[in-house]
Amino acid sequence: MFYYRQKESDTAIEKTAQASVEIPLDDTVLPPTSGSVIGVALNDKALVKTLETSFHEKPHVQPPKTPVLYIKTDNTHIGYGAPIKVPTDKGPIYAGPSLGIVIGKQATRVSVENALDVIQGFTVVNEVSLAETSFYRPAVKAKCRDTFCPIGPWVIDKESVQNPNSLTIRTVINDQQVHETNTNQLIYSIEEVVSYISGFMTLEAGDIIIAGTPLRSAELEIKPGDNVMIDIQGVGRLSNPVEME
Amino acid sequence: MKSARILFNHETLHVTVNEKDQVVTQEGKVLEEGSFTWLPPCDGKIFVLAINYADHAAELSFKAPDEPLVFLKNNNSLIGHNQHTYRPDNVDYMHYECELVVVIGKQAKNVSVDDAMDYVGGYTVGNDYAIRDYLENYYRPNLRVKSRDTCTPIGPYLVDAKDVKDPHNLVLRTYINGELKQEGNTKDLVFNIPQLIAYLSDIMTLSPGDMIFTGTPEGLADVKSGDVITTEVEGVGILKNTIISETEYLKTINKQ
Repeated sequence: MFYYRQKESDTAIEKTAQASVEIPLDDTVLPPTSGSVIGVALNDKALVKTLETSFHEKPHVQPPKTPVLYIKTDNTHIGYGAPIKVPTDKGPIYAGPSLGIVIGKQATRVSVENALDVIQGFTVVNEVSLAETSFYRPAVKAKCRDTFCPIGPWVIDKESVQNPNSLTIRTVINDQQVHETNTNQLIYSIEEVVSYISGFMTLEAGDIIIAGTPLRSAELEIKPGDNVMIDIQGVGRLSNPVEME
Repeated sequence: MKSARILFNHETLHVTVNEKDQVVTQEGKVLEEGSFTWLPPCDGKIFVLAINYADHAAELSFKAPDEPLVFLKNNNSLIGHNQHTYRPDNVDYMHYECELVVVIGKQAKNVSVDDAMDYVGGYTVGNDYAIRDYLENYYRPNLRVKSRDTCTPIGPYLVDAKDVKDPHNLVLRTYINGELKQEGNTKDLVFNIPQLIAYLSDIMTLSPGDMIFTGTPEGLADVKSGDVITTEVEGVGILKNTIISETEYLKTINKQ
């Protein structure tokens, strides 16, 4: 089953489809939910490896003891096909391919074993970001610009995804594959992330967790005129043009 | 005018608050305190300023920052007036932070400092609790310290911007069980309200209902289960909140 939202005379209508081909991928498609979007930073093995030394230096002093979280505010959320608007005076801008975990029911203090019970399904997220020179302070400037979080095109129910902890994620810019990763590269698994967050933040149906983004290497840089597509095996394909802000 | 949101007979009502601080429904009926539950008076993004009073910066042994130090809270943490905030078991230091909250009144993007006050819809009182035991040096203050369930009381109501003559000269006070613990004045803000709106709206679009918690002055203290915490901002409101233990809290959520 696929869940999506479509704009009809300025109202968001929640819809379902049995097959993804039934979903019209035009400019009426909205992000598939309207909940909070919370991301897990530094949750990629290769990325953390590059930072290991700095984790022991000031101002960090020691590696993170718990998952590092951030918030993608509502102004960042856009749907399939909507333009990502990038500033030209803030340095390089990077795509951030990630699996989106979609919460299906209210969840407080869920165990790792029961985490899948509160998940409705999965979606594709492009967690766009400016370069981050430090992880010491919250990343509001880098991550909360308008249009910096394409989500969609739909939510696929969890029953249709065999193992969310082993999904290939490919990033394609202008029809050229530039990056490939896999959810098996996450440090904290899908279940661990949901359990940890719900331990102090009640999650609501429609909330989305960005499971983890890779190192923002030069291949992931996006520029006005580009088209960036993120494809997650068995989940979906999210495509957005890039425009000058 | 003062406006609020309450839960009455399982229904969310938009109400006004009269000069005697009584809740009045849209039909003009006065509701008795205790017959309803106060909800947060607004809904939107939650921005919070860290070290935005010079005296508080000194208290935390920080130099006041060169640009606003903003972090975000998620709306799971919001609760209304006269509700309970839980203190986790086995923590050493949980403290309140009394703050003037600026609530955005109309969509704002790339607003200048000169025009910024036109975008303020109103003001309310916020208490930005923190659990210092959980501080880590990544996206500090991290969400586990700040964005916790029940850790952001706000209200009781929203006061229209035009009814607050000078938001940059308001006394803030916090009492624990009636004893004055924290006192400051919004005239000591490092970054004032128009500067904060200009700064944020340069990064992103602000929407009606978005909240800017403008920071807290010096005078933090630990709070314990059973404490009644009163945070007040002169002319804006008096926000009360009771600390409960984690055990008590778990009983209430398991009942639901």
